[in-house]
Amino acid sequence: MITSIDLFTILPELILAVLGMALLMYGVFRGDKAVHSVSWLAVGAILITAIAISGQSDSGQVAFKGQFIVDQFSVFMKWLILLGSALAILMSLNYNEREGIQRFEYPVLILFATLGMLLMVSANDLMSLYVGLELQSLSLYVIAAFRRDSTKSSEAGLKYFVLGALSSGMLLYGASMIYGFAGTTQFDKLATLFTGPNADPGVGVIVGLVFLLAGLAFKVSAVPFHMWTPDVYEGAPTPVTAFFAVAPKIAAIALLVRTMVGPFGELFDQWQQIIIFISIASMLLGALAAIWQTNIKRLMAYSSIGHIGFALVGLAAGSEEGIRGIGVYMAIYLAMNIGTFCCILSMRRQGVMVEGISDLAGLARNQPMMAAALAIFMFSMAGIPPLAGFFGKLYVFMAAVNEGLYVLAIIGVLTSVIGAFYYLRIIKIMYFDEPAEAFDRSAGREVGTIMAVSGLFTLLFFVFPTPIVGAASKAAAVLFSAAG
Amino acid sequence: MIIQTIAFYAFAAVTVASAVMVISARNPVHSVLFLILAFFNAAGLFVLMGAEFIAMILVIVYVGAVAVLFLFVVMMLDINFVELRQGFLQYLPIGALVGLVLLAELVMIFGSWIVAPDSADRAASPTPLLTETANTNALGQILYTDYVYLFQVSGLILLVAMIGAIVLTLRSREGVKRQRIGAQISRSREDSVEIKHVEPGSGV
Repeated sequence: MITSIDLFTILPELILAVLGMALLMYGVFRGDKAVHSVSWLAVGAILITAIAISGQSDSGQVAFKGQFIVDQFSVFMKWLILLGSALAILMSLNYNEREGIQRFEYPVLILFATLGMLLMVSANDLMSLYVGLELQSLSLYVIAAFRRDSTKSSEAGLKYFVLGALSSGMLLYGASMIYGFAGTTQFDKLATLFTGPNADPGVGVIVGLVFLLAGLAFKVSAVPFHMWTPDVYEGAPTPVTAFFAVAPKIAAIALLVRTMVGPFGELFDQWQQIIIFISIASMLLGALAAIWQTNIKRLMAYSSIGHIGFALVGLAAGSEEGIRGIGVYMAIYLAMNIGTFCCILSMRRQGVMVEGISDLAGLARNQPMMAAALAIFMFSMAGIPPLAGFFGKLYVFMAAVNEGLYVLAIIGVLTSVIGAFYYLRIIKIMYFDEPAEAFDRSAGREVGTIMAVSGLFTLLFFVFPTPIVGAASKAAAVLFSAAG
Repeated sequence: MIIQTIAFYAFAAVTVASAVMVISARNPVHSVLFLILAFFNAAGLFVLMGAEFIAMILVIVYVGAVAVLFLFVVMMLDINFVELRQGFLQYLPIGALVGLVLLAELVMIFGSWIVAPDSADRAASPTPLLTETANTNALGQILYTDYVYLFQVSGLILLVAMIGAIVLTLRSREGVKRQRIGAQISRSREDSVEIKHVEPGSGV
């Protein structure tokens, strides 16, 4: 039976679901004329959800017989996800209109994807984990193929769908193994099962855990499950790529952290080696493969693989400090990526989008403001102090060093030095190469504003880092107080 | 008891035989029809086990939807299956090798497999005894109460699937002739019938 506590706990998600369906009906009756109003109303719906989330209690509240949980960690991650989704809708307004893919389903699908991500972050059971993940993924497959007249976009959608289905299969297989050998899918019960002196997880649970990790690693696009990322990022419409790069990544990382630290916290020794491996492999591939890219969206795909590798360093540390590092890293990652994609969205020449890195040549002379913003984001991604990206890396590497993972931290620093090469190359092309033809100044007010705000955030993070670091450390603390 | 045994062997034998026919029939349409036969007999086996819900789902989902879909695909796509099978023997040795390695690994894993002894006691919703309640009933009792959250989210997933199918395929085409029922039934006799007087012997 549904109790009022259940309803109150899930209230923000309930609001988002109802508003999403209402907007769908509104769009159906008004047709594609209503795209602008549906988009702004969708942003409004996200805002209302965010307000409802901030009104929730911080202490862990469990609902629906332990399938759903709200705590400080989920609130923090949901804030980031909602921010990313709202910005993605705003960034798409001008672009979709110009590209002739202005359809009201786009904001509605983003709302449903966001809802799926919120459910993922709040999952407290393997089954609710899966339904949240699937709601998110299914919406994402559709918006990846949203420009259905373009072969590349359809290919991106199809590729994402087929590989996503494969990863869901692995995840389900792992979950069924865990259920079969542990007898429960609920996170709290699983956690108690593995604690105590004579707790024996058994080989079945470990095999299930490995499959579960493989499925989740696919969703965060960590090496060796990263193959889809460059193609999907390149093929999907640019605002969709921007959305892919932030919100689903944050949700999947949050889910990975909660699953590993919560129910499987006692099996730390088993999963730590896997996380260390995929972290090192992601950092290396992100740094090396990006060097030869000529398309900026593909470059961003490899860059995001690398960033996920850095964030996973925090999880490999397995300490409260490491999880705090992940929280801070994802917040900074959100700002840097949204900003960079605003710059990419402004790369339009005579009405046609261009995506080559060489198209940025001499941007500093044609559009000094945009060049300055892009330079800030690139310096920040390379991890050069005092920009925000440096602090993101600092927190996770410090956590790794404090846990004695020196090799991991050293590899992290080395790969970020290699990675700095291609970020700095973009800056060199913008500032020192012969100017190419200027871009159109028509990306729209929203894109310009978002670019400016995220640029300022990245630049001035070091002045007052306290709000974000404080929120992240509270979020990390709640995971460990519950687990241990 | 003897009837149950006979039924089991009948269902099992037909299942295995039709499964063999699925992969050996020359005509792909025959393969799909044998597949349907295999599904029906597997459903019979489930009924014998007392799992009538799975039996019903098997018939409704696999026979009703999946196999019919297969049949459509096989009939609509012009695939030459004989040609597809030509290189088959060439890959047999390597395929057999991979299969053997997998088998050896599975034997090794299952040989050292330990099931936590109390895992069945910890189940969140333990299966009630068959003598107490039928399993369709047992599923219905928890699906809309304990698992109402999962049920509703699954509904949302299906809604998204529907939106996705419409977004990606619906096109409003120009110049399509549609039926206008109002115009059709408001025609009067005078609009549409004209009487011509034809002179005998002259033709029209």
